[in-house]
Amino acid sequence: MAELNTGGGDSKGKKVRSKKQDAGVDLTAMVDLAFLLITFFMLTTSLSKPQSMNLAMPDKTKEQVDEPNLDVADDRTMTILLGEKNKMVWYYGLPNSPLEGPTVVGYGKNGIRKELLSKTKSVVEKYGDPKKGLIVLVKASNKSTYRNLVDILDEIAITKVPTYAIVDITPEDKAMLEKENLLTK
Amino acid sequence: MAKVKMSKKSTKIDMTAMCDVAFLLLSFFVMTSTAKVPEPLPVDTPASTRETKLPDTDLVTITVGDGKVFFGMIGQDIRTDALGRIAEKYKLSFTEEETKRFSLIDGFGVPAGNLNKLISLKSDERNKEGVQPGIPYDSIDNQLREWILAARYATKELHQKEVKVAIKGDAKEEYPTIKKVIDILQDQKINKFFLVTGLRSEDF
Repeated sequence: MAELNTGGGDSKGKKVRSKKQDAGVDLTAMVDLAFLLITFFMLTTSLSKPQSMNLAMPDKTKEQVDEPNLDVADDRTMTILLGEKNKMVWYYGLPNSPLEGPTVVGYGKNGIRKELLSKTKSVVEKYGDPKKGLIVLVKASNKSTYRNLVDILDEIAITKVPTYAIVDITPEDKAMLEKENLLTK
Repeated sequence: MAKVKMSKKSTKIDMTAMCDVAFLLLSFFVMTSTAKVPEPLPVDTPASTRETKLPDTDLVTITVGDGKVFFGMIGQDIRTDALGRIAEKYKLSFTEEETKRFSLIDGFGVPAGNLNKLISLKSDERNKEGVQPGIPYDSIDNQLREWILAARYATKELHQKEVKVAIKGDAKEEYPTIKKVIDILQDQKINKFFLVTGLRSEDF
């Protein structure tokens, strides 16, 4: 393959004529190597850039004395309880008398996403005011993992739920999870 | 019939231009890529569809995995200043050499009393498993809070900026550990932070 002509050859007393050298070097292998390295660096750079997700928690300080507790309609709130085994329980409305649920559901596009999408739509239709959208409360139990938390925040971001918060789990909610076998002590 | 003579064409293509382009791109990627530094606590971050990039400066990374908490700051000046504050708080002393060596450490997870020993180790020994037990963060000895405070003061004084906090948690870590870290942050009125995640598509 290499065409690097070294010239020379038999001269037999003739005048040594410097042959016209063919300067073309076969670059195929070099280009191959270069592209291999390019691919490597391209992949590693894009993968090493860490992605992240913004999370804003509600302020804990209790100094809003001048603001009365805001009552929110129960048909705007949906509560998601994260349990173990990568499952969750959701209900719509108040814990004592839920309007819908409690239902056990999994993660992903066939699980909670369907519910979230239908609820975000139905609440806006009900109120006819885009400012009064769905409110989702996420309550993570002690047995749920960090992956579950990120997954549910991701679902909320995908379905564009306008208002959501991560709040502490209550004994009532724990009992609900235990009933569905999603919280073992 | 006259035979049509096919002119013998050379099958060789001139690759010079292609080679030029390839190496140009190669040098670009070599220069822009940053070398991956070994982490003292390797964690498997969960995936999400969000693509918010982490800021490059004034960032504090809290790595949570296996029940242990590690702490990392960006910038040598911030690290030096924060170490000074911690030394003052826990009545420790560090020589100039030790401070300089500490300012090169990306992340660490030892109680303040063991810092001297950690600094004296070589970087490959430092990142071995089991060498660093994690920073204490329970209510009796909350050193994580002190480190966050120190980093915040240092950033505020040196860069006049509020520090941003990123939590890098292991996907299998149970929620109470994460909750504890979030509570420590919220006690200092840090209500916004970044969760470091991997990337995935919406079809899962």
